[in-house]
Amino acid sequence: MEDFFTLITGRTKGQAHGLHIGAGSPAHIEATSFIEICPEDMTRLGIKDGQLVRLRSDAGLVEAPARTGNLASGLVFIPMGPTANTLVGTDTFGIGMPLFKGERVKLERI
Amino acid sequence: MSALIENVTCKFCGCLCDDITIEVEGDRILKAKKACPNGRSMFLNYDPTSRKPLVDGQIVEWDEAVQATVDILNEADSPLIYGLSSTCTEAQRKAVELADRLGAIIDSTSSVCHFPTSLAVQTVGEATCTLGEVKDRADLLIFWGCNPLVSHIRHFSRYSANAKGMLTPNGREDRTVVVVDVRPTQTAKAADRFLQIAPGTDYEVLTSLRVLIQGKNIEHDVGGLSSEQLQELAHMMKTCRYGVAFFGMGLTMTPGRNYNVTELFTLGAELNLYNRFSVIPMRGHGNVAGADQVLTWLSGYPTAVSFARGYPQYGPGEFTTVDILSRGEADAALIVASDPIAHLPWMAAKNLEHIPTILMAPTTNCSSKVANVLLPTACYGIDTPGTSYRMDNVPLRLRAVFPNTRPTDEEIFSRIIKAVKQC
Repeated sequence: MEDFFTLITGRTKGQAHGLHIGAGSPAHIEATSFIEICPEDMTRLGIKDGQLVRLRSDAGLVEAPARTGNLASGLVFIPMGPTANTLVGTDTFGIGMPLFKGERVKLERI
Repeated sequence: MSALIENVTCKFCGCLCDDITIEVEGDRILKAKKACPNGRSMFLNYDPTSRKPLVDGQIVEWDEAVQATVDILNEADSPLIYGLSSTCTEAQRKAVELADRLGAIIDSTSSVCHFPTSLAVQTVGEATCTLGEVKDRADLLIFWGCNPLVSHIRHFSRYSANAKGMLTPNGREDRTVVVVDVRPTQTAKAADRFLQIAPGTDYEVLTSLRVLIQGKNIEHDVGGLSSEQLQELAHMMKTCRYGVAFFGMGLTMTPGRNYNVTELFTLGAELNLYNRFSVIPMRGHGNVAGADQVLTWLSGYPTAVSFARGYPQYGPGEFTTVDILSRGEADAALIVASDPIAHLPWMAAKNLEHIPTILMAPTTNCSSKVANVLLPTACYGIDTPGTSYRMDNVPLRLRAVFPNTRPTDEEIFSRIIKAVKQC
């Protein structure tokens, strides 16, 4: 089963703490390697908390555990970091800023 | 025996909280009192140990590492200097001097955070104020596309929602707090009103507020908000004593980017026909505002500057780092106090693996893995003093809590500048 979502990336306390432990450290990677999905979409797609899901964009593909998040339906959230940045494309629309909030991604249940 | 150092400034984020008490024992920080979890984590996890630089994975003396850096930069036709947001203003000045000497491209991390804000300022200007004014006067606070309770944790208590000031002696009771966002963040939970808008509709909502403030009517929903919600917010903005809108990457990273911010700045300026209203970007890194300031003093432009022709050229989309890297246009990179491998789209950042890369930073990070030369410099605000700009563009002096054992960014830049060939 697959579905299209809008990817939002952003800061979290865990991501900031992980950076100070060390960017690329296990704490940082763990804090930035999950995908938040709203409860309605989790139920609709038959995804359980902690289940590995696959996200694919024009830029790349990641697999990470799903977490129930307080989001609107149709959005997925990943903390800023290497996982999210695999999915963000390089088109900056002529001003240097990639689409860190708004990338279209395809979600697949593994 | 430990010692207490008071009134230390934390440089983690653009709040630059300058009331931190640091407890040190020798060269170790034991406690960072009053610091937020982000600041505390930065202080307590800092390793001040004297470390030698690396060239191609081998430990070398500083002279050899500086020479390796000079060789890479001299060989390059189109070097890129990137980062700057977590170093001090004095080092940023040297970075611009080096870019000028080399004919390099220089771009700060602003290009992937608030560069759309700079473009908006260049288009319509900004009605702004200091955080002191916010604390003393503001009775309406709007947080649009930002989440300070996670990213700028003491903003509420020191400057905004909960701060007690001259005309706001009761703090939170004297203010109305509104959050506009696409998701119910922690900050939204602490607000008096949370307006959840549909993703990508910021521009339409801001334009609708401008229309309502001009006395015209809107009878339909916009961006997921009802006309009643929009009218109530417009009324609050128009009738408050002193309003301030803070905004973050919910405006600058979403579709519309600089146009979203332009619309918010215009709205803020128009509200000054009725009351006092300011708009302030929530700047992330401790001195990213300083990078904009320094580059503007010295080149006329806030970032995305090329000195390749012998004079500064401004090129959003052309000299911005994601574009430069993804098109493969840089043939060497000097990364300063930042981590592009962790924070840029991978399709752009991975190109650093294919060009000679130098990383000048006090701690190792994801970019260390791709760097040919690692320059582990001192950390300003912890073991070396410096100047940093707060998010409202107020410069503050940063103290060192113990002496450094490694050279500073400024010292290393000076040595590189002396040794590189003039473009």
